[in-house]
Amino acid sequence: MDETQVLAKFRDVFADVMDIDDPEIGMESTAKDFEEWDSLSNIRLVVAVERAFGTRFSNADIEGFSCVGDLVRALVARAG
Amino acid sequence: MHSPTTDPLGLPWLLPAPDDVRGQVRALAGSAEAIAAQALTGLAGHALDLDQLTSVAKLLDKGRSRIEAGTLTPLKLALLLDGTADHLAPAIRGSGLRHGLLIDCWVAPYGQALAEATRPGSDLSASGAQMALVASDFRSLGLGRPHVDAGAAEDAVAGALARIEAIVGGLAGLKITPVLATVPVPAGSWMGSFDALAPGSPAAMVAAFNVRLAALAQARGALLFDAARVAALAGHGRWFDDGLWNRSKIPFALDAVPLWADHVARLLGAARGKARKCLVLDLDNTLWGGIIGDDGLEGIKLGQGSSDGEAHLAVQAMALDLKARGVVLAVVSKNEEAAARLPFQKHPEMLLREADIAVFIANWNDKATNIAHVATTLNIGVDALLFLDDNPAERARVRQMLPQVAVPEVPADPSLYPMMVMGSGWFDAVALSDDDLKRAEQYRANAERSVALQQIGDYDDYLASLDMACELSRFDAIGRARIAQLINKSNQFNLTTRRYTEAEVAVAEADDQVFDLQVRLVDRFGDNGMISVVIAKAAGDEWLIDTWLMSCRVLGRRVEEAVLASLVQGARGAGAVRLVGEWLPSPKNAMVERHYEKLGFKAAGALEGGGTRWVLELADHVQPKLPMALSGDRSFAA
Repeated sequence: MDETQVLAKFRDVFADVMDIDDPEIGMESTAKDFEEWDSLSNIRLVVAVERAFGTRFSNADIEGFSCVGDLVRALVARAG
Repeated sequence: MHSPTTDPLGLPWLLPAPDDVRGQVRALAGSAEAIAAQALTGLAGHALDLDQLTSVAKLLDKGRSRIEAGTLTPLKLALLLDGTADHLAPAIRGSGLRHGLLIDCWVAPYGQALAEATRPGSDLSASGAQMALVASDFRSLGLGRPHVDAGAAEDAVAGALARIEAIVGGLAGLKITPVLATVPVPAGSWMGSFDALAPGSPAAMVAAFNVRLAALAQARGALLFDAARVAALAGHGRWFDDGLWNRSKIPFALDAVPLWADHVARLLGAARGKARKCLVLDLDNTLWGGIIGDDGLEGIKLGQGSSDGEAHLAVQAMALDLKARGVVLAVVSKNEEAAARLPFQKHPEMLLREADIAVFIANWNDKATNIAHVATTLNIGVDALLFLDDNPAERARVRQMLPQVAVPEVPADPSLYPMMVMGSGWFDAVALSDDDLKRAEQYRANAERSVALQQIGDYDDYLASLDMACELSRFDAIGRARIAQLINKSNQFNLTTRRYTEAEVAVAEADDQVFDLQVRLVDRFGDNGMISVVIAKAAGDEWLIDTWLMSCRVLGRRVEEAVLASLVQGARGAGAVRLVGEWLPSPKNAMVERHYEKLGFKAAGALEGGGTRWVLELADHVQPKLPMALSGDRSFAA
């Protein structure tokens, strides 16, 4: 999967976890852009992403993500 | 590995969540109209994941002023939990709807459980909470590290318990009922199996803590929530997620939250009197394998020696065990009553006997009607019933007509029925009283009085919702074996009970003076396969219906009318003017005695040797409008 595909899939997961229809989310998006994206929903988001993409992040990985693009690029790298 | 249909984390006794849960929630939240309790319980009746439960809980907040609580009992619950708890509150609230509760949660801030319970003037004291769930984590209780010294281990356990006692004391002062959760035993090993013998191992300390916690709960009038058992059910390997704990102090895996929350909700529901009081049982393929009306006493599968026989025995044992603790048993079955009662009276392997059943209904009525009748007879609400049936169409019918009845999903394998019924938690109890032990007998006495039966609901809507597709075709080589099998096996819906071999079926197939018809039915629950067979013989301008049989499984679906329309079309095409039918009585086919009358035939006298003769003038037949798609080379223009 390339970045566009991963981002599209991430958007679906994000919509379910945050309970937002068609969220406007791009590579530059961060938690500041969404009222619903707080520390608690972020935990659910990470777990949901791990499940959807069949992978597992370390705490160091997660702490290194500063925007959606960081996460998407990490997922693309893992998908190989 | 668990298969997806039995994994407890997926709440497999509930219907799978629909794809558009968020959409449904949004529609309810966005409308200005009142939100019926039933809309909420209907949504929550599905196996919702954490995100979906969270979404439903949001609706409870947004739509609060518009919710018509109806039969839902409001409950204010405080959560005094170790670790991060904010994600658990919405899960409990969503699950509460499933167990008759409209829950509001007050959540103690992180690490503040003890302070909130004991400090004068705390937020908890002003929260209005009626109950408080006190759930600890072995790491927060100081039971995560082992002690070589037994005395130190005892001190650790006593210290952990003292903390809970302090919380319970504080709650008593606030008039809040404590709900004390046992602590899931840590999965990690210190010395392997020897942990069980070493009092200082985390596993042994937690086990000791749980035993003393149960005693504390009993002594102080608290409810006990056995979270340790929920974790064991999920499997400790999947329950604990050390990464989540380290990262966010989330005490157990998010995937396990729906199961945990349902167990909390079922306990609180039971404490508020919401548990089910009566188990309503189907008979064929539920209490035994096979169809008693067709297979007979010797043919049904029940008892030791066959896998299905043992599985059905286990279902009966479950029913008896429930009865022993005060759950009332009822039977609702599509059967001739005499046939339905026969195994209870005569089968040597039956565990259940007639005296165990408070209300016994066997007839050919729609089951929702019969189930409502059970509630009326016992003088309890339909929301006190749980209905167990192997047939998904019957389950759907009952859910649709009587949404308050608990109807667990069950997989095809009867071995799994007890796990689904008991796993659902709808029979959970918070106490066992002398009254409970006597209840089954009391209800049986009450049920002696008879109550008039009333048809409920719009049956045509139900049939339309089944998305039936009926295929009417000539006999063919592919169907031949199954046709012969049905001809030789069907007893109940069988007008003449004439038996033919496969070779004779092949002869009929080739004879152009014979009208042969095989019928298949598919509905939204799957393919019912071949369900009806008809053979008619042309004789001048009359057609004599030699054989007409149908599977009782599809009774009441109006398939008979489709079959008749196909027959009429065939006869008209061949230039006939009337159809002649016969009913030849057998010990098992009383149910079709009036079959032809119901279809508009006129009585034409008795037959020599018993039975009746019926005639339909083709000119009198009116094509019915049927709730099913029709196809096949013997289909007719609707």
